[in-house]
Amino acid sequence: MHFVPITPYHYLVLAAALFTLGVIGVMVRRNIIILFMSIELMLNAVNLNFVAFSRLHQHVVGQVFALFVIAVAAAEAAVGLGILLAFYRNKETLNVDDVNLLRG
Amino acid sequence: MMEAFAFYALAALIVGFGVMVIAARNPVHSVVFLVLNFLGIAVMYVVLGAEFLAVIQVLVYAGGIVVLYLFVVMLVTLKRAPEAHQDPHRKTGLGVGLAAAVLAEVIAILVYTSSAAPVLTTAVSAAALKTPALTGNTEQVGWALYTDYLIPFEVASMLLLAAMIGAILFARRAD
Repeated sequence: MHFVPITPYHYLVLAAALFTLGVIGVMVRRNIIILFMSIELMLNAVNLNFVAFSRLHQHVVGQVFALFVIAVAAAEAAVGLGILLAFYRNKETLNVDDVNLLRG
Repeated sequence: MMEAFAFYALAALIVGFGVMVIAARNPVHSVVFLVLNFLGIAVMYVVLGAEFLAVIQVLVYAGGIVVLYLFVVMLVTLKRAPEAHQDPHRKTGLGVGLAAAVLAEVIAILVYTSSAAPVLTTAVSAAALKTPALTGNTEQVGWALYTDYLIPFEVASMLLLAAMIGAILFARRAD
């Protein structure tokens, strides 16, 4: 069986598909926890792009930047889930359509 | 040949588990599929020659962030599932269609602008860095992180501290 050689574009198309999955999750689902998970999927797609370009340019900076993206994703998850818990305590629901107040 | 096989197998796993994440009814199942998705991406990093990032992916994402999600999923006990209540103004089909259009556009840009696709070579060479000869991937990442990117590194630590304090303030029971 014959394979075409794997180019950076293969990785970019995979990352684009993963990013689109995240976008679909954010637009379709109503559970806020699933929305956060979709955002993590998108961040991982970005990281995959960084690492693919790091390999393409034979330079390690892409991996360093992916590390920063992981740090920001950790911060985002912590703060986002904290907000989510506060919201759940106020409204007893996780439906994103019910997030329509600025004060508790 | 070997890389092509690994790529296609991993890509199928990653996209399949990604679909399962957003399609699963039960949030706990979503979290488990998210772990499997992250592990697939970690193996993909190994294929791409970024071993240090693969370990960080497993430790921080699959081990840390996803456990945080699991805690929150277990902490909230819903009387009524969020998906049970239908909003007539939501246009789900339109959202999926627009996302598919974006994906088709990105792939079309990639296909039509790539006349000669560059071929990937094996490993990230140390010659790209103005450093002493560094052999391992971890050494190269560490060197870049603690020399050229020292200030962003410290700023990231401040960001994590601020996020930790913010998360504690938000999740604290108001009394």
